Amino acid sequence: MSGPLPGPAEPGSEPPGGKRRPHGMLKLYYGLPDPAGEAQGGLAPGGDPGGPTDINGAHFDPEVFLTKLRKECSLTQLMDCETDMVKQIRALDSDMQTLVYENYNKFISATDTIRKMKNDFKKMEDEMDCLAANMAVITEFSARISSTLQDQHEQITKLSGVHMLLRKLQFLFELPARLTKCVELEAYGQAVRYYSKARSILHQYQHMPSFQGIQDDCQKIMANLAQKLREKFRDGGSGAKDLAECVELLLQLDEPAEELCDEFLSHARCRLKAELEALEAELGQPGGAPITDILEFIDRGCNIFVSNMCLVIASYQELFVSREGMQGITRMAQDKLVAFVNSLMETYFSLVERRIQLEKGVGDNSLLVRALDRFHRRLQALAKLLPASNVAAEGTEIVVRAAKERIHQYLLALQSFYQDCLTDVRQSLAAPRLAGKESPNLAELLGTISASVLNQIKSVLTYVHLFTAKDITFSNKPYFKGEFCSQGVREGLIVGFIKSICQTARQFCETTGDKGGSTPPALLLLLSRLCLDYETSTISYILTLTDEQFLVQDHYPITPVTSLCAEAREAAQRLLNHYVKVQGLIISQMLRKSVETRDWVNTIEPRNVRAVMKRVVEDTTSIDVQVGLLYEEGVRKAQSSDSSKRTFSVYSSSRQQSRYAPSYTPSAPLDTNLLSNIQKLFSERIDIFSPVEFNKVSVLTGIIKISLKTFLECVRLRTFGRYGLQQIQVDCYYLQLYLWRFVCDENLVHFLLDEIVGSTAHRCLDPVPMEQSVIEVICERG
Amino acid sequence: MEDDAPVIYGLEFQARALTPQIAETDAIRFLVGTQSLKYDNQIHIIDFDDENNIINKNVLIHQAGEIWHISASPADKGVLATCYNKTSDSKVMTCAAVWRMPKELESGSHESPDDSSSNTQTLELLCHLDNTAHGNMACVIWEPMGDGKKLISLADNRLLLWDLQESSSNAVLSNSAALEGKGQLKFTSGRWSPHHNCTQVATANDTAIRGWDTRSMRQIYYIENAHGQLVRDLDFNPNKQYYLASCGDDCKVKFWDTRNVTEPVKTLEEHSHWVWNVRYNHSHDQLVLSGSSDSRIILSNMVSISSEPFGHLVDDDELSDQEDHHQEEKTKEPLQDSIIATYEEHEDSVYAVEWSSADPWLFASLSYDGRLVINRVPRALKYHILL
Repeated sequence: MSGPLPGPAEPGSEPPGGKRRPHGMLKLYYGLPDPAGEAQGGLAPGGDPGGPTDINGAHFDPEVFLTKLRKECSLTQLMDCETDMVKQIRALDSDMQTLVYENYNKFISATDTIRKMKNDFKKMEDEMDCLAANMAVITEFSARISSTLQDQHEQITKLSGVHMLLRKLQFLFELPARLTKCVELEAYGQAVRYYSKARSILHQYQHMPSFQGIQDDCQKIMANLAQKLREKFRDGGSGAKDLAECVELLLQLDEPAEELCDEFLSHARCRLKAELEALEAELGQPGGAPITDILEFIDRGCNIFVSNMCLVIASYQELFVSREGMQGITRMAQDKLVAFVNSLMETYFSLVERRIQLEKGVGDNSLLVRALDRFHRRLQALAKLLPASNVAAEGTEIVVRAAKERIHQYLLALQSFYQDCLTDVRQSLAAPRLAGKESPNLAELLGTISASVLNQIKSVLTYVHLFTAKDITFSNKPYFKGEFCSQGVREGLIVGFIKSICQTARQFCETTGDKGGSTPPALLLLLSRLCLDYETSTISYILTLTDEQFLVQDHYPITPVTSLCAEAREAAQRLLNHYVKVQGLIISQMLRKSVETRDWVNTIEPRNVRAVMKRVVEDTTSIDVQVGLLYEEGVRKAQSSDSSKRTFSVYSSSRQQSRYAPSYTPSAPLDTNLLSNIQKLFSERIDIFSPVEFNKVSVLTGIIKISLKTFLECVRLRTFGRYGLQQIQVDCYYLQLYLWRFVCDENLVHFLLDEIVGSTAHRCLDPVPMEQSVIEVICERG
Repeated sequence: MEDDAPVIYGLEFQARALTPQIAETDAIRFLVGTQSLKYDNQIHIIDFDDENNIINKNVLIHQAGEIWHISASPADKGVLATCYNKTSDSKVMTCAAVWRMPKELESGSHESPDDSSSNTQTLELLCHLDNTAHGNMACVIWEPMGDGKKLISLADNRLLLWDLQESSSNAVLSNSAALEGKGQLKFTSGRWSPHHNCTQVATANDTAIRGWDTRSMRQIYYIENAHGQLVRDLDFNPNKQYYLASCGDDCKVKFWDTRNVTEPVKTLEEHSHWVWNVRYNHSHDQLVLSGSSDSRIILSNMVSISSEPFGHLVDDDELSDQEDHHQEEKTKEPLQDSIIATYEEHEDSVYAVEWSSADPWLFASLSYDGRLVINRVPRALKYHILL
C-alpha cells in the first residue's frame, strides 16, 4: 500500500493515474509522511505548508482558510477553487469505496484458508502417535543387543592392546639386528631414529634381564655408530652439509655438545688454516715481489677464506646456537665461535696487512682502493653474521692504516720526484755547453720543474681522492670524512710536501762546503725563484684545489696558507742570500788570490788592466744575465749621467797627506784620511752580507759589495810600492767603469772603490799616484 | 747610563795590534801598536781611570817597523813582544822581537804631561826571535800563567817554540814543528791553552784548526773545514779545558769541544762581514766578544756552553729563606744564549778586541782608522751574573 509515489503532482492538475492519486491523498490525510504531498502543500494557493491554511496539513482550519481565500482571491479564482475542490472530494469518495471492497474480498479468502488447515492438522497428529510407539520398540531391541555383545567387545580391545605390545616387543627384539643392518647400509639417520624411539623404553625396563640384553646390544651398536660418525666427522672428507648431518646425529645421540663444538671448530680451523696458508704462499718470498696483484689477492681471500668462514659461521650457528632445545649451550657455543673467528681473522688480517705493505708502487692506486673496498665490503657481511666479533672494526682499522700508509708513501714519492727534478736540473746545468749554444735557459727550466711538480701533485691528489669516492664502502666512515681529508691529505700530504720543499731549500743554504759548496749557484737562484712563485701563487692554488676536492668537514687545526707562504718566502730569501754569498765568494776568491799572490812592492809600472779584473767584470755580467732570466730589474737610485767619468776623491786626500806635517797630538784623527772619514760620517753603514730583495739589481749589488769588501780587506794586509798603487788605481777605475750599471746605488761602488784606493795609498811605501788621464787611457785601451 | 758610555781614544796612525797588559792586575791598561809606513811607529800605553772615566796615555817609539801583532808578557809588566814589518831594499819581511819598556812606564804614568810628545821614550830591545830561516812571523804567543820565559811564534808554515834566557836577552829556539801538505800553508793565528799545564797550543791555517802538544810538538787534534773560509782567530775557554772558540771569514763564530770536532757545539752568525777576533772573558766565560770588519763588536752571553750553565751558584748560608726561594725560582729559569749588545762606535773594520786583565767587565776594541774604544758590560747583566 505504501509503494513509492510517482513524481511530484501539482494539486489542481489532473492526477496521472486515477487509482494512485487517492492513496496519496488519504495518506496525507492520515498524517503519514509523504514527501510529494508536502511538496504540494508548499505550492498550494494557500501557501503556508503545515499551517492552518494548508488544506492537506494536519492543522488545517477551515475558517482561516476560507477567510484567507475570500480575502485574497478574486471571484473567478474562488470559483475555480470551488470546482477544483468538488472534483477532489468526488475522487476521494470513489477511492474510499474501492478500498472497502478490496478489503472485504481478502477477509473472506483468509477465513477459507484457516478452515482448511484445521482439517489437515488433525490427520497429522494421528501419524505422529504411531511413530512414537515404533521408536520405543526399536530402543528396546537395541538395548538388548548391546548388552549381549558387551563381553566380546572387551575381549577384542584387550587382544588388540596385546597385539600392539607384541609388535613393540618385536621391534625391540629386532632392534639390534635392524641397527646393525642400518649401520651396514650406512643409513645412520635411520638407525639413530630407531634407537631414539626405543631408548626410553629400554631405559625404563632395563632391570629385566632380556631388555638388559637388548639395551646392551643396542648401546654397543650405537657406540659403534657414534664412533663411526665421529670418524666421519673427523675425517673431514665430506662437505659442510654432510658434516652438519653428522653433528646433528651425534647431538641426537646425546654426545656432549661442547666437545662437538670444539671438534667442529677444530675441523673448520684445519680447513681454513690450509686456505690461509695458500693465501700466504701468494705473498711470495719475503722481500720478493708478490705473486699476484693486490686485487687478485684480496679477491681470493674474500672468495675462499672469508666466504668459507661465513659458511662455517652459518652452519655452526644453525647447529649449535640457534637450535631448538639447545638454550643451555647457546652461550658457550657462541663464545667459542667468537673466539674461533677472532683468532682466524687475526691471522687473515695480518696476511692482508702484509700484502698491503708490499704495495709500494706509487702510481695509480685504484687497484688498491678497489681491493680495500672489496675487503671491507666482505667483512661487513661477516660482521652481520656474527655481530659479537670485532672483525668489522678491525677491518676498518686496517683500511685506515692502509690509507695512512698510502698517504705517507705518496708524500715520499712526491719528495723523491722533487729530488729527481732537482737532479735533472743539476744535470742540465752541468751539461757541457755546445759551442755556439746558449747556456740552458733558467726560465725554461723553472717552468718545467714547477709544471711537472704541480702535475705530480695533481695526479697524486686524484689517486688519493679515490679513497673518498662515493661508491667505496668505507668512504663514509668518520675517518675518511674528516681526519683523512684534513689531517691526512691536506696536512700530511700537501702541507708536508710544501714544507719539505722549503726544508730542501734550507738544506741547500746550510751546506757548509768551503769554496762555495757543491750546489751550482744557478740551482740556488732557480730554487729561490721557485719558492717565491710558491709564495705568491702556487701554494694558495694547491691548497684551494685540495680543499675543493676534499671537503674538509672537521675541526682539526689546519696550517693556514699564510704561514706556509711565509715559510716559502723565507726559504726563497735564504736561497737568494745564499746565492749572493756563493757568487760573491767566487769573485772574492779570485780577487783575494790576485792580491795575495803578487809582490806589490816590486811590480812594474802598470800598462794594462789586470786580467782578473776583466774576469770579474765578465763574471758579473754573466751573473747579471743569469739573474735577469728569473728576476725583474728592480729599482735603482738616480744616476749621474756620466758616472764613469768620476775621479777618486781619495787621491786628493792622499796628496793632502803629504802636505800635512807629522803631528803627534793625541786623539786627533784629523790627519790621515780626513776626507774619507768625513765621507763616512755622512754615508750610511754598509752591511756587506745583508739580505737582498727579490730583484736583479739588489742581487748584483750584494755580490759586488761582497767582492769589493774582500778586495779592500786584502789590500789592507799588503804593502805596496809605487807601481803597486798605480796598478790598483787602474784596476779600480776599470771596475768603476763597468760595475756601476749593475748596482742600485752607484755611490756604493764609488765609496768602496775609494776605500780600496785610499787604503792602498796608505799601505804604499812611495805613494805617487798615477795621473787620471793616463789611467783613463789604459782603461779605455782595455 | 752615564757610566756605561763608551770612552773613545784616537790614534793618529792606523792600527791593528792591541793587547791588555796581562801581568798588570790592578790598573786597566792596554797596549796598542800602530801601522805606518812613513813615520816611526808607536806603542801607546793606554791607562784607563775607571773612576773618572779618563784615559791617560804614554807613547813609546817602535822604530823597527809597523806593528802587526803585539802581546804582553804574563809575568813581567814591562816586557812585550811584537811582530813587525821590516822593509829593506824593497823587500818586506815580518820579524818578531821582545822588548822592554822603560821602568817608569811599567805601572803607568800618574800624570800625563802635555809635553810628553817632546821627550818620547824608546823601547829597549831585549832580543830578536831569529826568523831568517823560517819566514814571516804571524804572531807571538806567551805561555799563559808562565814565568814569561816561553814563547811560541808562528812563522809561515812553522810553529816555533822559544826559550828566553839570560833575563830575556837571548831567545833560543827549543823546538819547532812544520805544517806539511799541498800548496803554501800559512798559519794565520794561534792561542796557547791555559789548561793541561800549558802544554797545548791551537793554531789556525786557512779553514782548519789544529791543536799541538808543546812537549812533543805533535798534532793532537785537527778540525778540518772549521769555517767555510779563512779562520781568523781562536780563543780558549779559560774555565773549561776542552772548549775553544773560533771565528773567520764566513762571518761566523763557532764554539768547539776539542774532544769531538766533527761538529761545532754552537755557531753564532751575527756579523755581516769577516770576524777578525774572538775573546772569552777571563772570569765569566759566558761572555764572548767578537770584532768584525763590519765595524761592529758583539758581546754574546753563551750561558749554555759556559762553565756556569745554571747561573752563579750562591751559598745557601748567605741567603735568608725568602731569598732562597727566590733563588730557586731563578735557577729554574732556563738560561738562554743571547746577544747582549752590539757596539757600533767604530767606523772602520775592527781588527782587535780585548778584555781588560784587571777589570773583567771592561774591554777595549781597536779599528783600523786608529780609534780605540773602551766599553763596559751592561750593568744589568753584570749584576745578573754576580747576584
